[in-house]
Amino acid sequence: MTTGMIFAGSGAILFAMGVAGVLLPTHLLRKILAFNIMGSGAFLVLVGLGQRSGEPDPVPQAMVLTGIVVAVAATALALALARRLQRLTGRMELPPEAERD
Amino acid sequence: MTSAALDPLAWLILLPMFWATLAFVLGLGRGAWLAIIGIALQLGLALALAGRLLAGGVPVHPVGGWGAPLGIDLAVDGLAATMLLLTQAVALPLAVYARSYFTGDSSERRFFWPLVGFLLAAMNALFVSADLFNLYVTLELLGLAAVGLVAAGGKVGQTAAALRYLLSTLVGSGAYLLGVAMIYGAYGSVSLSTLAPLVDRQAPAAVHLAAGLMLVGLTVKTALFPFHFWLPPAHGGAPAPVSALLSALVVKASYYLILRLWLGILAPLLAPGAAIAWLAGLLGCGAILWGSFKAIGTPNLKMLVAYSTVAQIGYLFIVFPLLGRTSPGDAALQGSVLHAVAHALAKSAMFTAAGVLVKATGQETIDGLAGVATRLPLTLFAFALAGVTLMGLPPSAGFLAKWLLLGAAIGQGQWLLVAVIVAGGLLAAAYVFRVLRHAFLPAPVAVSSRPVPRMLEWVAFGLAASSVLLGLRGMEILRLLAAGGSS
Repeated sequence: MTTGMIFAGSGAILFAMGVAGVLLPTHLLRKILAFNIMGSGAFLVLVGLGQRSGEPDPVPQAMVLTGIVVAVAATALALALARRLQRLTGRMELPPEAERD
Repeated sequence: MTSAALDPLAWLILLPMFWATLAFVLGLGRGAWLAIIGIALQLGLALALAGRLLAGGVPVHPVGGWGAPLGIDLAVDGLAATMLLLTQAVALPLAVYARSYFTGDSSERRFFWPLVGFLLAAMNALFVSADLFNLYVTLELLGLAAVGLVAAGGKVGQTAAALRYLLSTLVGSGAYLLGVAMIYGAYGSVSLSTLAPLVDRQAPAAVHLAAGLMLVGLTVKTALFPFHFWLPPAHGGAPAPVSALLSALVVKASYYLILRLWLGILAPLLAPGAAIAWLAGLLGCGAILWGSFKAIGTPNLKMLVAYSTVAQIGYLFIVFPLLGRTSPGDAALQGSVLHAVAHALAKSAMFTAAGVLVKATGQETIDGLAGVATRLPLTLFAFALAGVTLMGLPPSAGFLAKWLLLGAAIGQGQWLLVAVIVAGGLLAAAYVFRVLRHAFLPAPVAVSSRPVPRMLEWVAFGLAASSVLLGLRGMEILRLLAAGGSS
């Protein structure tokens, strides 16, 4: 097994853990952190699979940089919304989905 | 090719970014006229592009003079030109509507114009990108701008809906990105034109997995049943112009991408009538039945319209088991794109009309509509006309779309799909007539009606009328769709 495949394999595991982390816990901060783990998993796969015979490939690295910027922006937006929700409801959780009336 | 600096392809993305930034600099809630002029110019650019395509050109723009495979290509075909034209044509009346809709210093208005600008820039970029990774970036930009619009009201329900929407859209684009990473790992490129000849039936298992991940991620973002849970609170809770933009256009953007991948680079992996096509088709059937069922049951007017979107998205997915048995210009594909166009016009009309009704009665419930038939006949007529398109009655564009879909389903002997397509029309009639029945009830004595700007009523009516009249001009859309070789 090459180092690239080790990176890609651990990336896939991290991605799966991240998806579970977004879906399962109720605490918003944990969901947001889990989204970041999920993103990092995808980036690891991108960089790991991008290696050809041990040579690092610059293109996926540029993509990962772009992806990190997007992830930072998304995290900032999610944190702002979570803070707003906490200020309004006093809880760091999504309110149960009720039919609005 | 004319000089690259004046290419309409690039300006369709730059122009909305430009006026969005300018609107932001102007200050809170300012920039309505800027936006309206900007979108009008974009409509002109989209028309120019469509004209060039119909004249036989294939517009391609290498960004910064760096073409694929190293750089990023922008390209337009018939499908992209149709969506570009639709987006600008729906956004323009909605901008006029929003200018009259937001009054005073409501928090919803503060960042509305910059966010709409970025939303349109992301959407236009998505339609013209010819590069899997660039598509990922535009998907994320679109998602972030849309979430911002949903959250702008700042109430508990809206913030929670925005967070749910954000988390779902992030998981969706995460799955898409993982798919892109695996495709890059297999082929060393993300350019659609480079990948197209490389992907074939003997592709490694990783590529099949990547295709599955990308399609599932995009399906979450399109809110196909059972991933629709985030859509009704987000679309139903947002202010009316935002609901209209999201329901009419934003869900179509990720659908467009599914269609583009399905017909383009993933086509060799998907045998006609493959299991995954049937899965998409059956989920589409589920969406039509479940969305209509919820729309018939909800007490809230805007939630009814939002659940109707869930149902109508189902029609977009019914097409997949029918695709690929004939040439690219087949009736099923034409039907689904026409349905996307018809639904965009009808649903924006319905949400704008619902916005007028809620503003006038001060109530969001369907029971509160009693008596509006005499007070707001024009708006109610607009709602009913949009309903005509959703039900698929002639001569509306919805009729033409359902006719093509039905023809394809009958031609292939898919009776289950035929039954669901017909049942969906009847269910749409049930929820539209539910609203109309309440509107015609006599008004309670102690009811107070607030005056509503006439402009709001006329925009809703104009959108509804165009959704019906477009049925008479359907052939022009199909001609544009076929232009430039649908990929």
